[in-house]
Amino acid sequence: MTEITASMAGNVWKVLVKPGDTVEEGQDVVILESMKMEIPISADFGGIVKEVRAEEGGFVNEGDVLVVVED
Amino acid sequence: MTFDKVLSERIERVKQGGAPKYHEKNAEQGKLFVRDRLRLLFDDDFEVEDALFANYTAGDLPADGVVTCLGKVDGRIVAVMANDSTVKAGSWGSRTVEKILRIQETAEKLNVPMIYLVDSAGARITDQIQMFPGRRGAGRIFYNQVKFSGRMPQVCVLFGPSAAGGAYIPAFCDIVIMVDKNASMYLGSPRMAEMVIGEKVSLEEMGGARMHCQISGVGDVLAKNEQEAIAAARQYLTYFPQNYSEKPPVKEALAPKEFEKSLAEIIPANQNAPFNMHDLINRLIDENSWFEIKKLFAQELITGIGRIDGQPVGIIANQPKVKGGVLFVDSADKAAKFINLCDAFNIPLLFLMDVPGFMIGTKVERAGIIRHGAKLISAMSEASVPKISVVVRKAYGAGLYAMAGPAFEPDACLALPTASIAVMGPEAAVNAVYANKIAELPEEERAAFIEAKREEYREDIDIYKLASEMIIDGIVDPNDLRNELSKRFEVYSSKYAPFTDRKHPVYPV
Repeated sequence: MTEITASMAGNVWKVLVKPGDTVEEGQDVVILESMKMEIPISADFGGIVKEVRAEEGGFVNEGDVLVVVED
Repeated sequence: MTFDKVLSERIERVKQGGAPKYHEKNAEQGKLFVRDRLRLLFDDDFEVEDALFANYTAGDLPADGVVTCLGKVDGRIVAVMANDSTVKAGSWGSRTVEKILRIQETAEKLNVPMIYLVDSAGARITDQIQMFPGRRGAGRIFYNQVKFSGRMPQVCVLFGPSAAGGAYIPAFCDIVIMVDKNASMYLGSPRMAEMVIGEKVSLEEMGGARMHCQISGVGDVLAKNEQEAIAAARQYLTYFPQNYSEKPPVKEALAPKEFEKSLAEIIPANQNAPFNMHDLINRLIDENSWFEIKKLFAQELITGIGRIDGQPVGIIANQPKVKGGVLFVDSADKAAKFINLCDAFNIPLLFLMDVPGFMIGTKVERAGIIRHGAKLISAMSEASVPKISVVVRKAYGAGLYAMAGPAFEPDACLALPTASIAVMGPEAAVNAVYANKIAELPEEERAAFIEAKREEYREDIDIYKLASEMIIDGIVDPNDLRNELSKRFEVYSSKYAPFTDRKHPVYPV
């Protein structure tokens, strides 16, 4: 089980995956909006999306879990 | 036996290091014998070694666990100290320390780089009075390192542990190359951490190579194995002069790697969309000339040395692909040390800007982003080597300052046609100035008003307007950028501009 976390504080702009999706290593799963920039967050490992905790429009702090992936 | 036979036999025995079982144990861990490491480091078998017979009479401590010698890397002399982990786990006795001090003093007298090949369990407690506290105790090694810093290059390759006091050898080097899985640095071992503070943690997690290269930033280069680590040390040295009084060696000029897409095609016009800054760097530098420092640490900023037409150039570049290229505490720290490194050894600097500013918010304020940013701005201001800054896309707020903007005496501040220089971007600026006005407007009129004001703002910060005001020194076609930089670095090569008279600054750290 791998937790994909926010690399920096910001707003969740787009959630690109839903539970059950297969993701590959390096694939973008969420795009944050912070400091007026698009911040793509990618998966460190491939696997199946188990849980999506990020909500579009919500604030996340650095280190908050966005998506949980099962290997 | 004749005396010459006795001598050669004794030399052979000492050169074999510790007992076979320790050689086997090292081999199992993928570790090479110290003398094989030296063979990989040096050009050929040319080697001058001192105190091979140190502690010979002890019988079981060949060379007292350290090889100290001079050899050639890329045709130039370097001084080396290399721990032998087959001898009491590479621990330090009194003669070990004396040998290290002497090779350091030799490096100082010859004004040549000092290389530390570290693989040591730390002090031999049994020898502590002789090797720990005194004038020529281990503390002196670190004192010497501090004294040599910026005078001759100091390189550390870490093959095994570097524990407690020993962990300061890497800390005072210009660069630390660590072998994944085997290398570690820590002040207190996991066992000690459990005893003293009650923490249960693995060595890899607390002081492993990957952790240090990714999170603490104490490590600079993570190598897959010992061969790769030593090759990295050899490559690193090719960019550096023997000491601060010389210029870095210029190699044969090579064309950059060829790409399908030109620079103009890869830079997105939308300031908020990410792109990979490495794609730009690769189009500016000679093919296969890139040596990245702290590649895994604070990746929102790229630091590395490449060659432009054979001339080494230190590159500091924002990476919009990671954290939007925003400057953080760690990226400021990373850039400050890299700038110090290049400036110390006369390597010109190139700043590639695409930066929305310094990060804001509680987390970074508590981590002291103001003083870390000040540290970067101070290092960048003081650097007296040729400096060129290029505004690739946005340069907002203090980001412009930190990346050698016009006020910080770059020899030139150039812009690409995609550049945008401002206190803040159009979105934030319109919001800051017209927030009340926007709130008063009827809902259906807001979007049009905001877009009109943003457009007005964009026109106000138009890059041709800034060139007209002579804020920037030129606008360059991205496809001509390499050529422009090459000419400019050649022109600026005779630059001599000491910063100011004083003992030293009060560093804002």
